[in-house]
Amino acid sequence: MAVWALAAGLIFGTGLIVSGLANPAKVLAFLDLAGRWDPSLLVLMGTGVVVSAVGYAIANRRRATFFGGPLSLPTSREIDGPLVLGAVTFGVGWGLVGICPGPALVVLGSGRPQGIAFVLAMVAGMGLYELYDRLRPHRELAGV
Amino acid sequence: MTIDWASFTPASAAVGGLLVGLGSVMLLLLNGRVAGVSGIVGGLFRPSRAELPWRIAFIAGLVLSPILYAAVTRFPDIVIAASYPTLIAGGLLVGFGTRLGSGCTSGHGICGVSRLSMRSIVAVLCFCLAGFATVFVVRHVLAG
Repeated sequence: MAVWALAAGLIFGTGLIVSGLANPAKVLAFLDLAGRWDPSLLVLMGTGVVVSAVGYAIANRRRATFFGGPLSLPTSREIDGPLVLGAVTFGVGWGLVGICPGPALVVLGSGRPQGIAFVLAMVAGMGLYELYDRLRPHRELAGV
Repeated sequence: MTIDWASFTPASAAVGGLLVGLGSVMLLLLNGRVAGVSGIVGGLFRPSRAELPWRIAFIAGLVLSPILYAAVTRFPDIVIAASYPTLIAGGLLVGFGTRLGSGCTSGHGICGVSRLSMRSIVAVLCFCLAGFATVFVVRHVLAG
């Protein structure tokens, strides 16, 4: 059902654009607590979380998607070193540029050359993680 | 803390959040997947025939959203202050960090928080605090 994933991506991306938070300058204004603070990102998160919560409430009462496919819900509950270290590493990169993965793809699509550079570096960073993950002693990794 | 009321856009941020939430819920209930952009992109490094179409389709939706948006109405400003070396460093950190930490602003920030996952709430605190600290250092310590 790739066509639905395409529609979901289009709506998700449109939401980022409408909110103004595909703009790195606006994200950095949210992260700049000591400067002139723009709390817009909190509002985006707030309404996004409420809508998403409705979706999970529905998903938790079902065994399958609306099309009968499997529901892959995250199972990991462990708060461990990689979670904290990874989130902090991500936060530093986010603070340097003001771009996280979703908006990165929107900035890429907007045709900005900086978007191409950032996405290439981001994918390279993910590739480095794959390399690191294969080199370290193996353990089962679950999603979010 | 000074709130920049002139830049604060709660209405468009709220509408954007509704759309981001809707896109996430569609991917959840129609495709059975968590809308975590870093996981969706990073998962391309572990390709499987069943996984590839919906991942590519969701990513295509995000990349195409600004093109569609610009065809309909005026595309909002995208201001990227970061230099290319900073963009590359930031991209690498975002790519590696989100994979190590199993998620980003979408997977942990929207989906994880909405299902009250402690793991995601800890991750959000970590990447926000790291983002706040990074912007503080860059704008208020290094820049004098």
